[in-house]
Amino acid sequence: MSKFNLKVNGKNHEVDVDPTTPVLWVLRDHLNLIGTKYGCGVGSCGACTIHLNGRALKSCQLPVSAVGTQPITTIEGVVAEVGEMHPVQKAWLELDVAQCGYCQTGQIMAAVSLLKTKPHPTEEEIESAMSGNICRCGTYVRIKAAIQQAAKSSTK
Amino acid sequence: MEKSTNQQSRRSFLKVTSLTGGGMMIGFSWLANLVPNEALATAANANDWVELTGFIKITPDNQVKIFNPNPEFGTNVMTSLPMMVNEELQADWSKVIVEMGDYDTPRFKSQFTGGSRGMAQGWKPLRTAGATARMMLMQAAANEWNVPVAELTVANGVVSHKASNRSANFGALATAASKLTAPTNVELKKNSAFSLIGTPQKNKVGKDIVAGHSLFTMDYKHEGMLIAMAIHPPAFGMTLKSFDATEALKMPGIKSVFDIQVYKDGYKRAGFDTRAFNKLVVVVGNSTWEVMNARKKVNVQWIPTETTKEIVAAWGGQREEIVPAGLESTDEHMKQMYAMQQKPAKLLRKDGDPETAFSKAAKVIERTYSAPFLSHNPMEPISCFAHITDEKAYFVAPIQIPEMMKQNIVSNLGIPGDKIEMKLTRMGGGFGRRAYGHYIVEAGLISQKIKAPVKLIYTREDDMTNGIYRPTYMVTYKAAIDSNNNVTAISIKGGGIPEGAVHENRFPAGAFENYIAEGWEIPSNITIGAFRAPGSNFIASAEQSFLDELAETIGKDPLDYRLELLRKAKANPVGKRNDYDADRYIAVLELVKEKSNWAARPKNARRGVAAYFCHSSYAAHVVDVTMKDGQPVIDKVISAIDCGVIVNPEGAVNMVEGAVVDGIGNALYGGMRIEKGVPMQKNLNQYRIIRHKEAPKKIEVHFVQNNFDPTGLGEPPFPPVFGALANALYKATGKRLYNQPYLNELNKS
Repeated sequence: MSKFNLKVNGKNHEVDVDPTTPVLWVLRDHLNLIGTKYGCGVGSCGACTIHLNGRALKSCQLPVSAVGTQPITTIEGVVAEVGEMHPVQKAWLELDVAQCGYCQTGQIMAAVSLLKTKPHPTEEEIESAMSGNICRCGTYVRIKAAIQQAAKSSTK
Repeated sequence: MEKSTNQQSRRSFLKVTSLTGGGMMIGFSWLANLVPNEALATAANANDWVELTGFIKITPDNQVKIFNPNPEFGTNVMTSLPMMVNEELQADWSKVIVEMGDYDTPRFKSQFTGGSRGMAQGWKPLRTAGATARMMLMQAAANEWNVPVAELTVANGVVSHKASNRSANFGALATAASKLTAPTNVELKKNSAFSLIGTPQKNKVGKDIVAGHSLFTMDYKHEGMLIAMAIHPPAFGMTLKSFDATEALKMPGIKSVFDIQVYKDGYKRAGFDTRAFNKLVVVVGNSTWEVMNARKKVNVQWIPTETTKEIVAAWGGQREEIVPAGLESTDEHMKQMYAMQQKPAKLLRKDGDPETAFSKAAKVIERTYSAPFLSHNPMEPISCFAHITDEKAYFVAPIQIPEMMKQNIVSNLGIPGDKIEMKLTRMGGGFGRRAYGHYIVEAGLISQKIKAPVKLIYTREDDMTNGIYRPTYMVTYKAAIDSNNNVTAISIKGGGIPEGAVHENRFPAGAFENYIAEGWEIPSNITIGAFRAPGSNFIASAEQSFLDELAETIGKDPLDYRLELLRKAKANPVGKRNDYDADRYIAVLELVKEKSNWAARPKNARRGVAAYFCHSSYAAHVVDVTMKDGQPVIDKVISAIDCGVIVNPEGAVNMVEGAVVDGIGNALYGGMRIEKGVPMQKNLNQYRIIRHKEAPKKIEVHFVQNNFDPTGLGEPPFPPVFGALANALYKATGKRLYNQPYLNELNKS
């Protein structure tokens, strides 16, 4: 066991865990931030997507020892960042995207990151950027539309 | 710096209860986890809720809560079932709180998420509950104001008496209403009077989903909760011999390692009691990662199983199920299934004289179709929380069919039924997988053993290699064609491992004078279970591909040929029983024909059509596809659906879109290979699931407008996707596809 200081959603946290523990499980088991989901543990489904230094990343593949001082944002922090529902979350609600909902926080984290780097992505760019996130219910068409809507609303 | 274990506490729904001796008891309030946050902020003390019927609770300060009886796994029942209640209750829908009901089937009558039954089953009882409560609220107002009930009106949660200019909200009337005797013969609105049903409504749980609030069993936490994982045999046909946990117990955070037997010897399994492995090694510890690591250190010895017999007491009968010994393989399965196709099989139905028609045929076309095992892979892997104490057996469980869990829990945990308490969470997908609640018993056994609250977690690998797959199938369709290009007979013969899927009374039965259907089954130790549109998802693909090829062979338009057969079956149905309504079948085909502009399509259009009826709803799809670098690109899917009254069009369209995407994914990529009993795909990097860039660019959903009572949409749109895609791929590539997953066959030269 080792102690790590993590900056998550703008707050500092100290955790005492095995250095190999993936950030996913530090968030879920130790910091009680359960909006980041476990889906596969091998970086294939994207349910555990977080932002490290503002960039989308699969937290099941990131050992806590590799984080250092880099800031982490989770879905819980996305709301806090903008003080209310994020435009991407709003678009998700307006287009009633979710079915079971389990993957959607990961999808939203990937989408927020995409729009940061490409505020007006093409359809192909959306498909490509989002293809690391599986939605087993098949809400892809709505996810794409929601990202397009969020992109539009941010320019208003 | 904050050392945080309850980082969520500000909005984490901590419930504070005063204790008589002073002080406070703090625990997670599950109820609070399931209601929208803004509603929570004003939520009343639990004691303030006044119950009207089992489905509605109202507070004096006018909060209205509607309970959803059926567990939600993504089919919108948390919104659309309460909509049925509120259509009659007439509370202000925008303010109605919806809450998942606990396991309490006597109260809710039925708690069954599966078979696309929710809409049909809820239709009358849920509207009746709403109407009953509204009548009681109106009666309470009438009593108080001393006016006739007939003079009262209700809108948006307010009862009004216009003549005297009086009004009161539901909250003000609820307590008095709850003391009245519930009327027994309430009148329900005519469909034409609906004001909520038929209007698109957003998901009532949407905000909690996008905010990542605790909704799923995987997210559930409890004071003192431990984490458990189970180790199951690496292969079907193997069982536990012994284990050595010395090394695992030295690992940090590990509490205990032991084995459990899930079902007792001689347990008579009910319909949803399937489980792949009866003996498991369990590792219990403090945190997920610690348990994941420690389980690798358990040294387990496995031995081959012997052939066993299990008793299945289900569906009104009792039968013995042979579970053969041996390590089975997909290649061997294919050989076995081909061999069965050559042997006589069980006659399921025969009309006319198909033998003679085949012997006299000018031409016979015969096509054989197959499909592999499929793994459900719901996004949320299997989990269950259990806390078994002397007072009660407390579960937090993601289970599709709670109403059928009692016997299993009572028999295998030795707990009286009245001590079972079960909170039903939202499920991160299910697709049939979560109909099989063996994991609830497993979690219960673990909690009993360690005498502590525990959450059992399956890793993705545990889940994917745990069986309960969609069966693997084969079917051969044969048509006899005379010299005038008339089809004179149809033969269908097929089966599966361990269960077949020939439905002798479904279309095209009824459309051919000479018709024969035969079936067979091969026992297996690989467990199977319901998978989205069970029994239909494969056979629809084969039937709809064959009809397409048959139409082409006799020089007819594939869509018009289907219509021709259905009109024939309607006018002069062959046989005593045909399990479809030809008119409704025709209606979805006509609608998809119109909306896709089918008749005007160019001759070389890369477009396919298919239709199917199952689980009480009708669906037809037209798929447009192009090939790009050897990969299919789905340009557009146009769907036509008849599910009767559409309760929530927003959710309904979403369901159809999802079924289309899921159908394309499973048709192109889905498949679980077994080698020497071992499932070869163990995680999502090996088992291919459709992704964003492979989804259709556009999906257009149309509904047949009628007044039939509503039926479901979770399953019916799924089966015809496969055939429509195969038929479109044929037009795009010139290659007929017979074996799923289609991408493998497409890429074979």
